[in-house]
Amino acid sequence: MSAFSLYRLWAVVLKEFVQLRRDRLTFAMMIGIPLIQLTLFGFAINSDPKHLPLAVRSAESTPYTRSIIEALVHTDYFTLVRLTDSEAEADRLLAEGKVQFVLAIPPGFTRALLRGEHPALLMQADATDPSATANALAAVQQIEGQALTHDLTGPLAHLKGRAGAFQIEFHRRYNPEGITQYNIVPGLMGVILTMTMIMMTALAITREHERGTMENLLAMPVQPLEVMIGKIVPYILVGYVQVAVIMAASKWVFQVPMEGSMLLLVVGILVFILANLTVGITVSSVSRNQAQAMQMSFFFLLPSILLSGFMFPFRGMPEWAQVIGTALPLTHFLRFIRGLLLKGNDWALAWPHLWPLLLFILIVMGVGLLRYRRTLD
Amino acid sequence: MTGQEAIIDVRGLSKSFGDKVAVNQVNLKVHKGDIFGFLGPNGSGKTTTIRLLCGLLTPDAGEGQCLGLDVLAESRRIKRQVGYMTQRFSFYEDLTIRENLDFVARVYGMSGRKAAVDEALHQLGLEQRQHQLAGDLSGGWKQRLALSACMLHQPKLLLLDEPTAGVDPQARRDFWDEIHRLSGRGITVLVSTHYMDEAERCNRLGYIAYGHLVGEGSPQSLVEESGLVTWLVDGPDIHRVADELRQFPAAEQVVPFGNRLYVSGTDEKALGQALRPLMQQAAFHVERTEPRLEDVFIRLMNTSREERW
Ligand SMILES: Nc1ncnc2c1ncn2[C@@H]1O[C@H](COP(=O)(O)OP(=O)(O)OP(=O)(O)O)[C@@H](O)[C@H]1O
Ligand SMILES: [Mg+2]
Repeated sequence: MSAFSLYRLWAVVLKEFVQLRRDRLTFAMMIGIPLIQLTLFGFAINSDPKHLPLAVRSAESTPYTRSIIEALVHTDYFTLVRLTDSEAEADRLLAEGKVQFVLAIPPGFTRALLRGEHPALLMQADATDPSATANALAAVQQIEGQALTHDLTGPLAHLKGRAGAFQIEFHRRYNPEGITQYNIVPGLMGVILTMTMIMMTALAITREHERGTMENLLAMPVQPLEVMIGKIVPYILVGYVQVAVIMAASKWVFQVPMEGSMLLLVVGILVFILANLTVGITVSSVSRNQAQAMQMSFFFLLPSILLSGFMFPFRGMPEWAQVIGTALPLTHFLRFIRGLLLKGNDWALAWPHLWPLLLFILIVMGVGLLRYRRTLD
Repeated sequence: MTGQEAIIDVRGLSKSFGDKVAVNQVNLKVHKGDIFGFLGPNGSGKTTTIRLLCGLLTPDAGEGQCLGLDVLAESRRIKRQVGYMTQRFSFYEDLTIRENLDFVARVYGMSGRKAAVDEALHQLGLEQRQHQLAGDLSGGWKQRLALSACMLHQPKLLLLDEPTAGVDPQARRDFWDEIHRLSGRGITVLVSTHYMDEAERCNRLGYIAYGHLVGEGSPQSLVEESGLVTWLVDGPDIHRVADELRQFPAAEQVVPFGNRLYVSGTDEKALGQALRPLMQQAAFHVERTEPRLEDVFIRLMNTSREERW
């Protein structure tokens, strides 16, 4: 008897489809949850994250530029992670989300400053999550007047002036108007998928145990992997139905832009749906009854919503929370989907967010298979 | 039609749940073509034993073969050739009758699936209702559906856990005719039941009490080996007579049956003495009869209880 048979898998898939079709409540949940959540989270959630990563792109390094950078860091809103003179590198850091801000110091800045020309610096911000950048940008305005107080003394004192010796111009990239829905709505897609996919599959195996049908299933020659995959497959479709609902809402109701490739979207969502389904099915094979499965699902959902960067800006969280967040699929999906929809990221830029999901699937599915109860003991 | 090839051959099978020993050192041998009746009071370990045989539970101790395959190591291969009918209906109530049968046929990788399912539906007489949900069937029909589903893949060994509980007499008779037909084709059947008439239709019986297999053999040999003597008492006012007889320790079992009384015991002499006053009354007719299987089983249960306590 072969260890894995597509034919038996097909038997399970068909059975699950029919059962799903007859389960009105699940059907209602599939459409209802996205609609309710979209309405609920239509408003913004604000917070005040600090120590956001900053890259400085500068052609020169003078006491004046150093003072400005120091002043920025001193606001507590920024941590300098990279000093570079390459525009390409700075852009890439921003697109990958490695930094949230890039301060560009143009060539000849110091000379212009000393000549009293009030030169401008350019501060680019990744504004996909406006709440994460708003306070930091406000703090930047403060330093215009103060950064160089100690440098501009003696004969240069007049440069301080009323308008400040230099200006900082802002450029909000990806979401120039700072519309929070742009951030919330793609994020919501991740939250909704996490919630429904996990909860629906978490019940899949425990239901068989509780209805007593597991005894029959175990007595038949179906393999654990066939049962698990067979139960997952119908929900992939359910997930795509939800994505369609949310995408429609974000396009027609919230007017969220759609920058990236459609194929990448479909593939990325598939990976994320699979990650959640494996969590659900593993929860299901680990728990003893449906109540336990529900509890475990919530145990997973709560940190997903709180620590993934959906509720609070990821960089605003303490380190331990970021560590937990990094282990959650939603965190990576949020980076992926925001990058795709708002930044128009391509495959290469999406990959750093997709491989953690694939790794997650492998590990979780492995745990589920190990813990799948092959007997009634 | 019993061959010599042992289809089930297990020794020292044990299983506990917590500190409750459900199956205790059971040795079981069932030959090809046997119809092996598995009897015992509620909670005695019948279902547990059957689950151990088809690999649904892992035994704490014991070893042996099922269909020539190792019960411990090869349960996956055993499953392919076994048809197991659970005591509690465990097909999908939210699938139709046909969908349930289709599912089973697919899982076993049956080639002529449609024909096999059609045939099963025909034999069941459920062709008209094939698109009804299994959950909407009456209890007896559910049993019949489950039975035909577990025979669908033509297993070599049938493990049936109270297959006829709640099934009407005609359907039960049809079922037993079918069992005998299968037995004639060399299929082995282990069937648990609480019905005495069904026990009598088996060619071998095993009686389990408190997890111990306390009696085994053909119905005839079980009766002979029990050492029971049974008298049939016919006469007026049978219930008062029954109460009087129960005063005698030798009258171990006094069972009213309509207007008659079955009185059984193992001490032939003492029992005869207890009945002598009745024999001398003209109104009563007292005669020796064959012990019934039921009396044999109740004796087996009582003695194993005495040994336990
Ligand atoms: N999963 C389990 N967990 C704990 N105890 C169990 C479990 N399964 C069975 N038992 C116990 O093991 C004993 C034997 O049960 P089993 O179901 O085998 O009896 P049975 O002979 O089939 O009874 P019945 O005639 O009522 O079907 C019972 O005392 C039962 O309570
Ligand atoms: Mg039982």
